[in-house]
Amino acid sequence: MNPVEFAPRSFQRNRDWYIDHVVQGVVFIAGISAIVFIVGIFIFITKEGMGFVLEHVTFRDVFGSMYWEPSDEDAPDYGILALVAGTASVSGLAMIVAIPFSLGAAIFIAEFSSGATRESLKVLIELLAAIPSVVWGFIGLSILNPLIMRLFDVPVGLNVLNAGLILGLMAAPIMTSIAEDALKAVPDRYREAAEAMGATKWQVTFRVVLPAAKNGLLGAVLLGVGRGFGETMAVLMATGHSVNMPDSVFDSVRALTATIAAELGETARGSDHYGALFAIGIFLFMITFVINLSADLIVRGVKNS
Amino acid sequence: MVATDAEAHATSDPEAAWHQRFDSAPIEIEVNDLTIRYGETTVLRGVNLDIRKNEIFGIIGPANSGKTSLLKALNRMDMFTPGMNVQGRIRINGCDIQTVKNVYALRRSIGVVFPLPVGLPLTVFENVAFAPRLGGVKDQAELDIIVERCLRRAALWDEVKDRLDSLGSFLSGGQQQRLTIARALSQDPNILILDEFSIAVDPVTTMRIEDVLKELRKEMTILLVTNLVQQARRLADRTAFFLNGECVEIGMTECLFTRPVLDQRTKDYIEGRCG
Amino acid sequence: MNPFEVTGINTTNKRTQALFRLLFMMMTLLLILPVIIIMMTLVYKGGSVVTYDFLFSHPTNGMTAGGIFPALFGTICLVTVALVVSVPIGVAAAIYLSEYASDNWLTRLINLSIVNLAGVPSIVHALFGVGAFVIFFQFGTSILAASCTLAVMTLPVVIVATRESLQSVPMAFREACWNMGATRWQTIRRIVLPNSISGILTGVILEVSRTAGETAPIMFTGAVFFTPFLPQGVMDQSMALSLHLFVLSTQVPGVPEALPYGVALVLISIVLIMNSASIAFRMYLRGKKKW
Repeated sequence: MNPVEFAPRSFQRNRDWYIDHVVQGVVFIAGISAIVFIVGIFIFITKEGMGFVLEHVTFRDVFGSMYWEPSDEDAPDYGILALVAGTASVSGLAMIVAIPFSLGAAIFIAEFSSGATRESLKVLIELLAAIPSVVWGFIGLSILNPLIMRLFDVPVGLNVLNAGLILGLMAAPIMTSIAEDALKAVPDRYREAAEAMGATKWQVTFRVVLPAAKNGLLGAVLLGVGRGFGETMAVLMATGHSVNMPDSVFDSVRALTATIAAELGETARGSDHYGALFAIGIFLFMITFVINLSADLIVRGVKNS
Repeated sequence: MVATDAEAHATSDPEAAWHQRFDSAPIEIEVNDLTIRYGETTVLRGVNLDIRKNEIFGIIGPANSGKTSLLKALNRMDMFTPGMNVQGRIRINGCDIQTVKNVYALRRSIGVVFPLPVGLPLTVFENVAFAPRLGGVKDQAELDIIVERCLRRAALWDEVKDRLDSLGSFLSGGQQQRLTIARALSQDPNILILDEFSIAVDPVTTMRIEDVLKELRKEMTILLVTNLVQQARRLADRTAFFLNGECVEIGMTECLFTRPVLDQRTKDYIEGRCG
Repeated sequence: MNPFEVTGINTTNKRTQALFRLLFMMMTLLLILPVIIIMMTLVYKGGSVVTYDFLFSHPTNGMTAGGIFPALFGTICLVTVALVVSVPIGVAAAIYLSEYASDNWLTRLINLSIVNLAGVPSIVHALFGVGAFVIFFQFGTSILAASCTLAVMTLPVVIVATRESLQSVPMAFREACWNMGATRWQTIRRIVLPNSISGILTGVILEVSRTAGETAPIMFTGAVFFTPFLPQGVMDQSMALSLHLFVLSTQVPGVPEALPYGVALVLISIVLIMNSASIAFRMYLRGKKKW
């Protein structure tokens, strides 16, 4: 058998070396694309909305007034207080519904179930999280709306209660799965140590697992809040969409996101109204940015410790 | 000039025998004042070595003595290891490896066998044909020859010749380790590095691999890091003892075992009192 | 005395334990049951509408009758173009993050951006789409602009799924390749990608399901309420299933009740089937490892 000779050895750069470096450059560009897009989002909505913010309104006009009448030709009002109240009331109710239930569900899945039950519940939760928001809006509009009218004997079923329930059901699966991850991230040796001392399952859960996972759970709640805050189609369809400072859960309201969705199509580019909608966009972007940032920092804190 | 094993053993004085065999051999690996740090921790400090061509050079020492870090530095894996910082000079064949233009070509000239066998998730054939393919060999007949030759030399051919198409990662531990050696040989290396290859291998396979190494010494320089002191004694011409990031002592292997050593710590380790 | 005898404290503990378990189980069920009831209502009310004709004929009579073919076709176009844009970028970005990036401030910044990109409200993505793709890049309101907006929005899904899948390939394989003198790219192409391609596919299917359901980002960038024509190219406008559901249920008077239920049923079926496929695929892969 003849030994096969390789080409004489040299440590010079060859084609493979250059290909590797080109690929490294290409994937690097793709890698920083996420940064580019986030910065791009900020730049482009600021570009369209900043003119309006700088030239036409004062801080008090926007945050001190609850009148949103941008299409009034003589004296348009750009107060977003009522819109903020709408978003806040709906998100608030949604969180009241979603937080206890999703944490309860997460505890059940992570600590009290196992095997096939656990797997199928997780799959089910994942599927629930996938239902599109426009379908949720439609459900609020056509199923929950008559139901609320009949149950509570109110003239309109499209209100804070409706949207809050819908948003709660929407946010819960996401919060459940993040909270479940946080609970699972608590090392088993904590549980074993507590169980070895004779603690029962629920004692372990409350005294050991929950305190250890509290940052992750807080992160889950924050992400749920961010999700509720930014939800558009469902709140557009289920709130009743009327500018209103809500007194009760049966009042119709209008949300920040829904306002943009409903009015952007009717405005001319460059008009004050158009700029005002982009300004709301800047506001939303910054709020969700802060929420996501803090959620991320909190969750990361868990991983580091 | 390479003497055969028989000649070497014929000479009674191991030191004289080594000089007779290696004095005229060129220096294959030269390590000068090598210091390796991971962040704040220094894992290797001030190491000097020179390994002759066709020598089997053994390294013994307890865990965490910096042996594996030395191997990583030798084929520039520090590049891909976050936080690893290498200072000092390493020359291979007289060529400073810090200034090598194409580290991939450098690595191709160094075969490495890990403590735990790694069968790539490819067929047995593709495992061994991997490096030649990287080197640009495309012809199937040529690949067939290389694969068979490497598997034969790693004493694995007879066991796998009928299932070259099954997955390499599903072979037994001992077979995977020989597959790894076949793969290292398929690179046609000048230097073969073995890092505690016998950890995950049964004694019979260990002995078979040791026989393979005795054959291979005729063609390449072998750097054998081992956790078995007796393995170093069986194979290595010279042996270095590493402890806590320092190269305590380098000596003719036989001398370390049979004569008074320079450093008490070496004696303690060899006799099993530390590490 | 038997030291293991059940004492009073133990039975109380046991009872509390059972009580808590029941409580948490009820909470889980309360989360899931309403949704299942709602889904059954959708099937019950919309099931009779969804026929072959419904799927493959055009809407008639001011959208109060007929089928949903243009919307269905439009959604397929939008999703396809969005995938063409986002999958290459997302996979390449994941390769960078998993194979090349070291743990430094830039990597942390990229990860932060990915988290935020996923968290920005969909309507803000829509504003970005209008400002960037429709106006600045002059795509106009077109499938291209809408798909680019969707692509940016769902990029985190591809990146995260791909990165997870790449990182599930053991480090030892990479080190073995590098030690044989393979470049990083050769290692990725010959070992890492072939062993993670199915995981990447799972992520892509998940992205399809996300993209198909989105409404807000396409409302002002390329999807229209109604057009009698099918799109001829990426610069055309198009109908979309999700927007069609919104329009039918809020904007068009005199729509028979069952029609929007039918549209909702079709939309949710597409999304859930895609999602289930992704999950099933993932589970199948879990039992079929090569190492």
